[in-house]
Amino acid sequence: MSARVHDLVREFGGRRVLDRLDLTIGDGEFVALLGRSGSGKSTLLRLLAGLDGSADAGVSGTVEVPGSVAVAFQEPRLLPWRSVRENVSLGLHRDLGADTPAGVADTALAEVGLGARADAWPLTLSGGEAQRASLARALVREPGLLLLDEPFGALDALTRITMHRLVLDLWQRHRPGVLLVTHDVDEALLLADRVLVLTDGRIGAEHRPGPRPRDPDTLSALRRTVLDELGVAADAA
Amino acid sequence: MSSTTLARTAGDRDVAATRATTPRPTRRRPDLRRWISPVTIVLLWQLASSTGVLAEDELASPVRVVTAAIDVTVSGELPEGLLVSLGRVALGLVLGLTVGVTLGLVSGLSRWGGHLVDPPVQMLRTLPHLGLVPLFILWFGVGELPKVLLVALGVLFPMYLNVHAGVRGVDPKLLEAASVSGFTPAERLRHVVLPGAMPSTLTGLRLALGIAWLSIIVAETTAADAGLGYMIMNAREFLRTDVIVVGLAVYALLGLTTDALVRRLERTVLAWRPAGPAGADR
Ligand SMILES: Nc1ncnc2c1ncn2[C@@H]1O[C@H](COP(=O)(O)OP(=O)(O)O)[C@@H](O)[C@H]1O
Ligand SMILES: [Mg+2]
Repeated sequence: MSARVHDLVREFGGRRVLDRLDLTIGDGEFVALLGRSGSGKSTLLRLLAGLDGSADAGVSGTVEVPGSVAVAFQEPRLLPWRSVRENVSLGLHRDLGADTPAGVADTALAEVGLGARADAWPLTLSGGEAQRASLARALVREPGLLLLDEPFGALDALTRITMHRLVLDLWQRHRPGVLLVTHDVDEALLLADRVLVLTDGRIGAEHRPGPRPRDPDTLSALRRTVLDELGVAADAA
Repeated sequence: MSSTTLARTAGDRDVAATRATTPRPTRRRPDLRRWISPVTIVLLWQLASSTGVLAEDELASPVRVVTAAIDVTVSGELPEGLLVSLGRVALGLVLGLTVGVTLGLVSGLSRWGGHLVDPPVQMLRTLPHLGLVPLFILWFGVGELPKVLLVALGVLFPMYLNVHAGVRGVDPKLLEAASVSGFTPAERLRHVVLPGAMPSTLTGLRLALGIAWLSIIVAETTAADAGLGYMIMNAREFLRTDVIVVGLAVYALLGLTTDALVRRLERTVLAWRPAGPAGADR
């Protein structure tokens, strides 16, 4: 099991954002979480990442995650004063065998197509390149659970398509459990094994878009259903 | 000029990359037009002195100043005074930087440190430290100690404030990314907090150097028996305005030199910053 969440409640100042939420992510399963802005997607992801203080009185319920969890955020969050390679290798404390952190980082950077920029300063990267570096940083941790919080939200449409392919490719090769938080219905239907819709603090609906590769045309009926569940009139979107 | 500016605002990162890797040309060809008014002013100054409009005991002529500069250099008066002043500033800087950076780190890094250190420092900061000269003379006499302490005190506050602000201002999103990436507390400090506080710290250093020179001028021209300030006060006794101007010019040169050193340090330490905005502060 990549993650198990049971009866999770998160309140901010008495306002309930997550309301007795249950969620299971199987081993190596790719799950997409859709929800309107402010529906609590990031809140759930931060709880899974261990970034939300469990000592806080507003949290209850159980969250089980594997020992190694990695996160890629919407902004790449690279340290601007460390090289791209160091951004990937720093903080890496797992047993690497004969390999070095720098060597592992170089391999991961080559895998995301950034091998040539390993020595660059992060601020000289384009948005897509920086996001690739952030993915490489997550990958080298060999996570049992990979959390992606709208990692393509700030990218242009063309770069996003390339990144979709890259993420699928990396997932198929490394097989972590994935929770992809997004507000892009097409992205969710295209990538995930299972698409969840977060409404009123719970998983309100669940869909399985079927075997890959998927044809965007055959997904259109499902797309309409999901948009409906998100409270968006399909013809308006 | 305007066309390159436009191209860079489009966020062309590759331009920034090549700029950052190829060493920038050491010096642009000096624009001679910028010399017109300074040279004219010096010429007018010389003219006013030669025609007697400007009396010798009010302000010596440029030619007299240059001659005096050579004289005091050859006689050893200037080099000796310079060495003494440099020594005082260096000692005061080391002391002030050490205390300022340490207090800034303590109050920036730990909540209790902030509670304990910040209020008294903020209170003392409002005192004009140059106004402490009379008190310092009463407490420490006219020897080296009050001068070094005055420099140290002047340096302490800008360093403290900027280190504190730098540490507190580190992007919390980077700290989160570091924590999910498995950074140990030591790695957090070394790779996130300290480098994040560096730009602000270097700004503090530049401010501190300016204040250090100001402090030493005030301390040395108030009461001293050696140093540049002493040379100036001695010259006043004999109405040697030429020597006074030489002393002031040397102070100015020292200030410019240390400022240039910090700029160079900034270019090295902050090499990660994109080429454009870093050069924009000049
Ligand atoms: N630290 C916080 N303090 C107070 N309210 C918060 C905090 N984090 C999130 N919220 C609130 O919780 C709700 C869900 O936020 P979030 O999980 O970021 O939504 P999204 O689905 O867009 O990612 C929002 O209304 C937000 O204002
Ligand atoms: Mg969000």
